[in-house]
Amino acid sequence: MHILDFEKLSLRDINRTLQDANKHSSFSIKNPKGSHALAVGINKKMDVNVVGSVGYYCAGMNKFSNIKIEGSAGPGLGENMMSGIVHVTGDVSQYAGASGHGGNIIIDGNASSRCGISMKGIDIIVKGNVGHMSAFMAQKGSLVVFGNAGHALGDSIYEANIYVAGEVASLGTDCVEKKMTKKHQNDLRKILTNANIAINNLDSFKRFGSARSLYNFKVDNAK
Amino acid sequence: MCGIVGLFAKKEFISSNLGLHLSKMLESMSDRGPDSAGLAIYGKPIAKKTKIMVQSQSPETDFQKLKKFLSSKKSLPFNLIIHSTHAVIKLHINNKDLVTDLINNTFPNLRILSVGKKMEIYKEVGKPVEVVKRFSINKMKGSHGIGHTRMATESAVTTLGAHPFSTGEDQCLVHNGSLSNHNSLRRELIRKDMTFETENDSEVAASFISCRMNDGQTLKEALESALLELDGFFTFVVGTENGFGVLRDPIACKPAVLAETSDYVAFGSEYRALTSLPNIEKAKVWEPEPATVYFWGH
Repeated sequence: MHILDFEKLSLRDINRTLQDANKHSSFSIKNPKGSHALAVGINKKMDVNVVGSVGYYCAGMNKFSNIKIEGSAGPGLGENMMSGIVHVTGDVSQYAGASGHGGNIIIDGNASSRCGISMKGIDIIVKGNVGHMSAFMAQKGSLVVFGNAGHALGDSIYEANIYVAGEVASLGTDCVEKKMTKKHQNDLRKILTNANIAINNLDSFKRFGSARSLYNFKVDNAK
Repeated sequence: MCGIVGLFAKKEFISSNLGLHLSKMLESMSDRGPDSAGLAIYGKPIAKKTKIMVQSQSPETDFQKLKKFLSSKKSLPFNLIIHSTHAVIKLHINNKDLVTDLINNTFPNLRILSVGKKMEIYKEVGKPVEVVKRFSINKMKGSHGIGHTRMATESAVTTLGAHPFSTGEDQCLVHNGSLSNHNSLRRELIRKDMTFETENDSEVAASFISCRMNDGQTLKEALESALLELDGFFTFVVGTENGFGVLRDPIACKPAVLAETSDYVAFGSEYRALTSLPNIEKAKVWEPEPATVYFWGH
């Protein structure tokens, strides 16, 4: 385990070390103190453990690596992720997992607004609540929320599945509640098992998705 | 962008270092706005006295002239302390209106930044580190204070365009965002006898809140009216004689982080702004909810 300390190294040095490291390396990053753009653009399988809270755009464009943040994260966590796992033990700010193509984001606390905006295949698990306009224009993947969801959940959603165990303040345009079939229960269980989250009873989860009424041009909308 | 900070002291050891804490917090937000910076510090009031903050582009000559002029008025005892381009005039509360009129009528080069029993406003063009040094903010004490570093979008980079804006006694506002209906609102407020120094949208927000409070609304009610009447993006921190309030628009794009311990409540545009505070690791840290009014008062 290599230790990279912000008290001794610059952000650029730390990011370069991570990006140039060999496959299967492991790092512990100390004293981030809300620094922006930490651990972005990693494209190898490795373990990165960050002790403390981070700022904007942490773990952006992540590919293969396993990044754990022992603290909270600012806006744009794991933006445009391709694969790998990003796990935050605290809360995260706006648009976590935006446009993510794959991999997993696990948030032990709450996520604020626009969580999973334009998601394209990523699975995002939030153990607390999500803010307004989460899964806005979501295209593929799953957003799993153990707590409550804010207003306009899944607004203008194309595809993707949203599972919420708590209350939903309101649904966005073209987002509807859908039947939780055996297949969807199995899908959800698989997502949680993948993320090492043990849960026996999935009964409290409701499923939401696209009504697909915005897919085609409707002359009524042009009037 | 713009960066906002705020600190509300619950304990003496925070208030005795308020200026130092706020200086560090504001400097950490420098990348969010390099154009101008400013702070409002709420200090201890003196019985029956009030403070008028004035600003000049040529302080050496203007403040000497002002001192001479006020000294010539025998019935107006006062005390004038110069801090770089700003001066604090302390005088009896009954003479406040007379002196503000005298300054406005006799010294067109002087601008009155604020009037209040507790509040002092310091703001200038330049980076936070320069502004903080110019006014020795780090030596100031107070019960609470707010600061702002500006990336100008809506109006010119000038001293008067810097935040905080004060449009009522002991009231001030800092803003991150931009308002789209500020011109029409300004016209309405002028009809209600509010006056404006700039073309700035944030000054309109400050004036709107002061105007509503003049009409009898509480700060909470005035901020709730702002949610209905102001069109645009905003995170506001509003200072009053007793404390500060926080409000974000319903979309809440503009960032905001709050932290609370048994010693203080702190506001920052980012978590970075809070990392220099004592025991921040143990603080309760959260994002204020959209369209929700928060207030802490002494």
